[in-house]
Amino acid sequence: MTVTNEPTTDYAAQLDARGLNCPMPIVKTAQAIKTIESGQLLEVLATDPGSVADFAAWSRSTGNEIVTSGEQDGVYRFVLRRK
Amino acid sequence: MTAPTIERDPAQVEHDLGVDHDLLGFLESAVIEAPVEETMTVPAAEVSAEEQTKQLVIINWSGEVDKMWPTLIMSSAAAASGYKTTVFITFWGLLPFVKDQKRIVGDNWMQKMLTLMQRPGIHHLKLSKMNFLGMGPWMVGKLATKYNVAKPPELLEAAQAMGVEFIPCQMTMEMFGLKPDDMIEGLGEPAGAATVLELMTQPNTASLFI
Repeated sequence: MTVTNEPTTDYAAQLDARGLNCPMPIVKTAQAIKTIESGQLLEVLATDPGSVADFAAWSRSTGNEIVTSGEQDGVYRFVLRRK
Repeated sequence: MTAPTIERDPAQVEHDLGVDHDLLGFLESAVIEAPVEETMTVPAAEVSAEEQTKQLVIINWSGEVDKMWPTLIMSSAAAASGYKTTVFITFWGLLPFVKDQKRIVGDNWMQKMLTLMQRPGIHHLKLSKMNFLGMGPWMVGKLATKYNVAKPPELLEAAQAMGVEFIPCQMTMEMFGLKPDDMIEGLGEPAGAATVLELMTQPNTASLFI
């Protein structure tokens, strides 16, 4: 079940990391989040089960907030707010 | 019981030791006349250890495909997570950073033999175990493709794009006869052990030898 407090569904950028494996979802996300402004949202889709733990750790390391995370049919979805 | 004391004339002792009074006088005056340096005020550390940017330092020594993988995965993930990331490339670990199109490098026959036996370049890595004349790396490569795992060339590109600094070891480059022109673009200035030690001993720094 997806728990969300998304204020809006307007994403400044979206990243399809489906099919990619460690460490590429994180690497691509770090590149993608640089393209948006502070406070803007980035939506990431991934299929790597390790990405659940990795995105949490990445968020703690970088200070970029995970607004939403959830899983549906083997696809993990993260909405991230740039610090 | 006390040790027997031997009485000696101080002037005789000085003579025996060859004490140079002119020199002594000069040294004393030099000490006294030396200007007293102003005490330097060291500014208090502005960044506490906890606030110091996290760092990852890897010594990349072995250069085999199964070791290059963790080096490149850890360094690109660290850079993506905001760590200042430095990879010191040395010994066999230098060869993956030689341009792929280079086949034999070095000046003398021994250096040439090294690269004859271990082809340089990120696309030509061997396994540390079960190499079986290239059969092992071929199978691992197939598995990586099948399971969509990024391979060393792609990871190296990502690591460089994320700002991982690869510093070649000056000493090994010379020993292997490697010129800056033999190496791929975007490497840092060649350096030595003291540079790496300084990085490794900074606060909030993780260090790996791979």
